[in-house]
Amino acid sequence: MEALGLNMGFEETELRLGLPGNRVRSEGEGSRKRGFSETVDLKLNLSSKDTSEKVKSFQKEKHPLPRATDPPAKPPAKTQVVGWPPVRSFRKNMLGVVQKSSGEESDMAGGNNAAFVKVSMDGAPYLRKVDLRMYNTYKDLYDALGKMFSSFTIGNCGSQGMKDFMNESKLMDLLNGSDYVPTYEDKDGDWMLVGDVPWGMFVESCKRLRIVKGTEAIGLAPRAMEKCKNRR
Amino acid sequence: MNYFPDEVIEHVFDFVTSQKDRNAVSLVCKSWYKIERLSRQSVFIGNCYAISPERVIGRFPGLKSLTLKGKPHFADFNLLPYDWGGWVYPWVEALAKSRVGLEELRLKRMVVSDDCLELLSRSFVNFKSLVLVSCEGFTTDGLAAIAANCRYLRELDLQEIEVDDNRGQWISCFPDSCTSLVSLNFSCLKGEINLTALERLVARSPNLKSLRLNRAVPLDTLQKLLMRAPQLVDLGIGSFVYDPSSEAYIKLKATLVKCKSIRSLSGFLEVVPCCLSAIHPVCQNLTSLNLSYAPGIHGNELIKLIRFCRKLERLWILDSIGDRGLGVVAFTCKELQELRVFPSGVDNAAVTEEGLVAISAGCPKLHSLLYFCQQMTNAALITVAKNNSNFTRFRLCILDREKPDPVTMQPLDEGFGAIVQSCKRLRRLSLSGLLTDQVFLYIGMYAEQLEMLSIAFAGNSDKGMLYVLNGCKKLRKLEIRDSPFGNTALLTDVGKYETMRSLWMSSCEVTLGGCQTLAKKMPRLNVEIINEDDQMEFSLDDRQKVGKMYLYRTLVGPRKDAPDFVWTL
Repeated sequence: MEALGLNMGFEETELRLGLPGNRVRSEGEGSRKRGFSETVDLKLNLSSKDTSEKVKSFQKEKHPLPRATDPPAKPPAKTQVVGWPPVRSFRKNMLGVVQKSSGEESDMAGGNNAAFVKVSMDGAPYLRKVDLRMYNTYKDLYDALGKMFSSFTIGNCGSQGMKDFMNESKLMDLLNGSDYVPTYEDKDGDWMLVGDVPWGMFVESCKRLRIVKGTEAIGLAPRAMEKCKNRR
Repeated sequence: MNYFPDEVIEHVFDFVTSQKDRNAVSLVCKSWYKIERLSRQSVFIGNCYAISPERVIGRFPGLKSLTLKGKPHFADFNLLPYDWGGWVYPWVEALAKSRVGLEELRLKRMVVSDDCLELLSRSFVNFKSLVLVSCEGFTTDGLAAIAANCRYLRELDLQEIEVDDNRGQWISCFPDSCTSLVSLNFSCLKGEINLTALERLVARSPNLKSLRLNRAVPLDTLQKLLMRAPQLVDLGIGSFVYDPSSEAYIKLKATLVKCKSIRSLSGFLEVVPCCLSAIHPVCQNLTSLNLSYAPGIHGNELIKLIRFCRKLERLWILDSIGDRGLGVVAFTCKELQELRVFPSGVDNAAVTEEGLVAISAGCPKLHSLLYFCQQMTNAALITVAKNNSNFTRFRLCILDREKPDPVTMQPLDEGFGAIVQSCKRLRRLSLSGLLTDQVFLYIGMYAEQLEMLSIAFAGNSDKGMLYVLNGCKKLRKLEIRDSPFGNTALLTDVGKYETMRSLWMSSCEVTLGGCQTLAKKMPRLNVEIINEDDQMEFSLDDRQKVGKMYLYRTLVGPRKDAPDFVWTL
């Protein structure tokens, strides 16, 4: 599985114009991987800043569902009924538009007030998912990404190596030490360098993140690497 | 009073402003009827098909302000086909032909065409105010006509309207001579807007008190507009996205501090939560806050904001606020009178009975509630009823249909029963959750002031509906969907419907035969059967259940504009 993942990863870094094969990813590998990355996310997405996640999960436990026949994991899927819940279509549409512009996703079809984006890193066997609205600055984001991906930048997965990395778990260090470049896909489908626009604008327009190996990002690399170094 | 000349009586009537009271006054004697009708300036028509425009104009020639409502309430939830009706053109046409000096038109759930707006704008020299709520059928071309032709326009207020065609040039159509604007609300428009024209318009409107922008208005324009209009009382922010360290933000912060009159805030259609500190100074004086279109504001940022709003009387919010957030509201907003919690569509962000109990305990002045929640318990409702007997409007929507009390697994009859028993001034009630006929027994017994009742997926038998029809003497509007009420309930007291504005029943047990019987007995009701998907094909089978029935009292018989799929019996 890991070999397959690595394979996919290298294919992914191939620079192409237009959407770099996310369709391929979403069908096969994405759906297989999703379960795992979601459970890992549950542990690591909790930041001390936002306790609402804790409140949410607490509420879920406190109120078990009434019907014994239904699976406990998810609410019972009732058939859709016209006009229920009784919310004006204007309001439904408006919320849909606002939520779409904040970033994702087909498995959050009900709409959400978070901005979940997938994060991939070249060489990593699986994706991560972050809620951009949990962070207030680029630095916060880099810190979080660094923590998430530090274990993959070591050549080996030896536990000692991981501990070392955890201590200096900032993406900037990663970036300085190696040549990874954070990029993102915006609303228009273009791949941009992370950090160019004000944070707020970035949150609104970022659809997914990719930490690309500098050497692979041929077209972006020279400018990107300079910017990275300048931002220290 | 018969010894006073008419002018004196008329002067006395000037102090009688509510339509209800004026209607009562007009029933006293012929003389009073005449004086009242000639002096009435403001007319409210709750159902545009209950009367004809000609008769309204005939009775009230001094009409200046007209309010019209068209489609029934359940049309909001897509239960009514698109072309059912509610066209306002005939009304505007009739008014234009007459010599009525119309100054204000307020429409709800009506279909308004561009032609109609054009006609309106050209026909009434003193036209001042256009308020459209939940309407449809026009484009920005119609708005351009209003802007261009209504020289003394004071108010243009568009609420919850889907206007498809959007070219922002309508705002440029306000002539330079138009300086009378007091209220401008275009927050629901989706397209771009000519920002320069907007800035100039605001700059030449010294009386502007209410301004609600759409999401196409960026932050730097907002700042410029606020500089021009620091006297604003009501502000709707469009886009609130920018870098907190930027100059634009610092400028805005400074400008907002100068806007000391803002009492009502809404919008935030695009927002970055970390930048809300600019709003905090405004919060202290707010009496009305609507964040129900701002899913971007949630969690701690939202709570921080609420903590500043000590004077809040009206709060519209999304359920992402959570029970914890509602606890903060209960602690902070002691002046709260109206609360609406809308669903944000995220399961685990919803509120439960806990939030409602906290609010009822913390906000003694609360009397109007709309609450979408994940669940509710009888115990909680009983507690709410004990804490607060002031409710005039109590609308509860448990998102999971027919959900019982999750703790006891019982229906919510006792909970709602406690509410109606305690809240003696209750005028509007919406039910949800698992409910039997028992709840209707309580409603019939206790809800003496109830005027509007909304029922969905509730009850066991005709008895339920009968309890309500027999008990609620002041009932005006009853709307029922997906409940097992049939012909017996419908036909037991046919006279009742002439005391009401309307009855809606969809996916119930009434049959075509039952509806026909009713229509025969009551010629002054329009009993409309709405056929969709060739359901009924006008078959003469009396036993066939009716999908959708809408009946209403009327003085003008079956309407002539009913589309093919509407069958007036």
